[in-house]
Amino acid sequence: MKKSHIFIILVIAMAIAIVISTGNDASTYVSFNDAYQMASNGNTSQIHVVGELKKDALGNVVGIYEGADKVSFTFIMIDEQQKEQIVQYNEPMPADFTKSEKVVVIGSYQGDNFIADKILLKCPSKYQEETVTV
Amino acid sequence: MTGLLIGIRHMHYFIGNLGHFLVILSFVTSLAAFFSYFKATGKEDIQEKEAWLLNGKISFYLHALAVLGISVTLFVIIANHYFEYHYAYSYSDKKLPTHYLISTFWNGQEGSFLLWMFWQAVLGIILIHTNKFWQAPVMTIFSLVQAFLASMILGIVLPIIDFKLGSSPFILLRESMADAPIFKMNPEFIPEDGNGLNPLLQNYWMVIHPPTLFLGFATTLIPFSFCMAGLWLKKYRDWVRPALPWALFSGAVLGLGILMGGYWAYETLNFGGYWNWDPVENAVYVPWLVLVASIHTMITYKNSETALKASIILVISTFVLILYSTFLTRSGILGDASVHSFTDLGMSGQLLMYLLVFLIGAVILSALRWKEIPTSEKEASVYSREFWIFLGATTLCLMGFQVLVPTSIPVWNKFVTLFGGSSNMAPPADQVGFYSKFQLWFAIAIGLLSAVGQFFWWKKIDKHELKKELQLPVLIALLLSVIIITIGQVTKPAYLLLIIAGVFTIVGNSKILLSVVKNNPALSGGAVAHIGMGMMLIGILFSSGYSKVVSINNTGLLYSRDAGEEFNRDNLLLFLHEPRTMAGYDIEYISQKLELRNGNGFINKYDVQLTPDENKVIALKNGNGYKAKDTLSVYGENTYYEIEFRKDGNTYKLYPRAQVNPDMGGILSSPDIHRTLTADFYTYTSSIMKPDEEKEWSEMQELRTVSNKEFFANDYVSTVTQVTRVEEVPGTILTKDDVAVKATIQVKGAREEYTAEPYFLIRDKMVGRISAEIPQLGILFTLVNIHPETNEFTVGINTRQKDWVVIKSLEKPMINVLWIGTLVLMAGFTIAMLRRYREFKLMKEKGQE
Repeated sequence: MKKSHIFIILVIAMAIAIVISTGNDASTYVSFNDAYQMASNGNTSQIHVVGELKKDALGNVVGIYEGADKVSFTFIMIDEQQKEQIVQYNEPMPADFTKSEKVVVIGSYQGDNFIADKILLKCPSKYQEETVTV
Repeated sequence: MTGLLIGIRHMHYFIGNLGHFLVILSFVTSLAAFFSYFKATGKEDIQEKEAWLLNGKISFYLHALAVLGISVTLFVIIANHYFEYHYAYSYSDKKLPTHYLISTFWNGQEGSFLLWMFWQAVLGIILIHTNKFWQAPVMTIFSLVQAFLASMILGIVLPIIDFKLGSSPFILLRESMADAPIFKMNPEFIPEDGNGLNPLLQNYWMVIHPPTLFLGFATTLIPFSFCMAGLWLKKYRDWVRPALPWALFSGAVLGLGILMGGYWAYETLNFGGYWNWDPVENAVYVPWLVLVASIHTMITYKNSETALKASIILVISTFVLILYSTFLTRSGILGDASVHSFTDLGMSGQLLMYLLVFLIGAVILSALRWKEIPTSEKEASVYSREFWIFLGATTLCLMGFQVLVPTSIPVWNKFVTLFGGSSNMAPPADQVGFYSKFQLWFAIAIGLLSAVGQFFWWKKIDKHELKKELQLPVLIALLLSVIIITIGQVTKPAYLLLIIAGVFTIVGNSKILLSVVKNNPALSGGAVAHIGMGMMLIGILFSSGYSKVVSINNTGLLYSRDAGEEFNRDNLLLFLHEPRTMAGYDIEYISQKLELRNGNGFINKYDVQLTPDENKVIALKNGNGYKAKDTLSVYGENTYYEIEFRKDGNTYKLYPRAQVNPDMGGILSSPDIHRTLTADFYTYTSSIMKPDEEKEWSEMQELRTVSNKEFFANDYVSTVTQVTRVEEVPGTILTKDDVAVKATIQVKGAREEYTAEPYFLIRDKMVGRISAEIPQLGILFTLVNIHPETNEFTVGINTRQKDWVVIKSLEKPMINVLWIGTLVLMAGFTIAMLRRYREFKLMKEKGQE
């Protein structure tokens, strides 16, 4: 075998290793029920949950409670299987939070509470009004 | 503005129509240029070729003029505040200063496509004038890319198939918001003011970072075009020479653009660093790594005729990766994976098309020519420079691959779904930790390879000589590393290795630099660039790996039970004028400031009276360039917290910013940075007193006192200095039967003396009292009663919590090494680029290009 062949094999092996390690470290998108199941089975890994904020009939977001000093807050999120869950976030409310049409929380259950480490927002369009107010 | 004025404003239709026309013109001319240059490439007959070339040139010039015209038109709309246009309304307002109106230009997706097109038009013209032989084929590719970009801003709905091609920056607001009721009532409605620019983008880096980055994007097209031209015309060897200086230029500009983005994030966002491994950042990092790898293989090829195929693959990959990153960031596919949210303009199909056309086209062309591409049959020996460079390029590619794979997870999910499967994979939850643990080892390899590789580059050496050459640099590097490791108290094995690798590269390349400079300074680019890279590795290691929180809560108090342990431990609560110690500094919260719009700096928030318009305040005192009672324009939404750092008799001031923005759901804070030679102190407000909140006053405490007798109010020494009858009371008109008395109360604060003047008023036997607040100290004085018979008076005192702010401060050691390293790297790129350009020019003058 030529040296260049060995080299190519090594590179391919590393590439495969990279792909496998990514698969191992990748998080997953799951529902709150699955996440709860995982946590009660002792799996503490962080997962992604996609959902929406709870809104009243008029489309106003409800269920947001700010902690004292505005450095933490909790909110109600409804996942794609319509399960409601109170989510706690130990940081101030991110910009545009209430305007988001979709929320992704990254975190895990601790007991019955879902603690979010990170929140991603999907806004219709950032800093862009849907309608003009006169 | 009054209602009357609104009536006389008219819609500016002409300028938008002109814009639309120019967009279509730019699209048509780019197609014309593509066709003409394509024809010119294929013609053998000189006269016919010349004719087609002229056609192509004229078309491309027209195209460039149209692009310039679109840009000017769009800017006119923004600068004149034509809010009937969606673009101006959505991204600007009347208060924005001119330089931020420029950032408005590329805030929207359409504008950033335009910026990209603009640079490519400029580069195209430069290429037309610097190339003879290559002009036709290279400009064919260029024009095709321009046509794709122009189609992105066409905003035309194709008939029959009902497909929307692109999104125009010239649509009217009423077209973009067809459902808004106001436009049903009055289609000619023009909003009074725009929506404004995202405050985080109101930063000077946002004025220069996007143009730099897009120039970087645009320049990757040049090596790609030369490569395609070479394959097309079967000039397999010759395309490298003209492509190389541009690849180096591209490497420098793209690298600079990426770092500017990091620097902006460091200065403006408060996530605490310059790099977050967000998919959006990764999407430009990967092509840059591959571009750098391609530069290395191209240089190898120029010297030894090897690695030609590798160069072709890497040059194509770089450009395709740029297109892929465009697809990732603009198609909305990253929606669930990235903190940055992007407008999904519904163009994912069109973006995918753009990517696939060039990917498939390049792959097919290379496949057709693959057998004909010359290769060198000889095996690279371990002691050859080709071997080491190739190893380095491979490492760079794997480094990029490791980032590319997780970043593409959302694409993978989409792909699986498309074929009926289901995949719920998500990117790693802890991005920084995940990427760092891999990239660290790649960086170590790069550091070591770039030191050893350079020795092989400059000398033919064998086993024996290698030992001799490396002995001294290895010794010096180890010695220096030990010193750095001891001072920095580094213990993690991977970090130790990275330091050794970084220092080794710096030392090794310095030795080479010394010997090269003696002979020919023009050849020193490589050594300089590698020294810069070594410095960056060390700077990154310390500033990120050893970034530590210095704002440790040393009061022993819990700020808030709700906030969690981390918040209570890592933040410092500062009361106004109460010094604390932090990391060897005395720090003190001095004041809240507002920034003046006239550029004259800051004004104390307590020295002004606020008005219903948050951007206008009335001065209460004389100051620099204004007098008491002047109305001043300020940036009302921003409050700057003046924090003083004192050490060894020196004082430094920081102004971290907090923006109370109810629209955006709370407080946005931006850090300020105290820079020292060895470390940055990165400080931001993590919690502030909310200005709109009801203040909680204590119950009134009444005190009977006489003039000039000291008493305590909220722990401050206070005295009533004077009680006099007055004829005027602010805010009321006195009749001649009224009696008004004013008390003057002096309070000694830690830094200055404050005066409060409460009033006592008798009208129709009724008593009225006007209290006076000293907001800085949280005291409210009321003149409750006067007792003329004993010369005494009763003063009422309400108190509340003193003015406070909670800050978080991070120490980033050695971050300057990173920034200086960046500059050195850029200098290296520039030296190398100039050298390669001279080579190209020499050949051109000989009539070879």
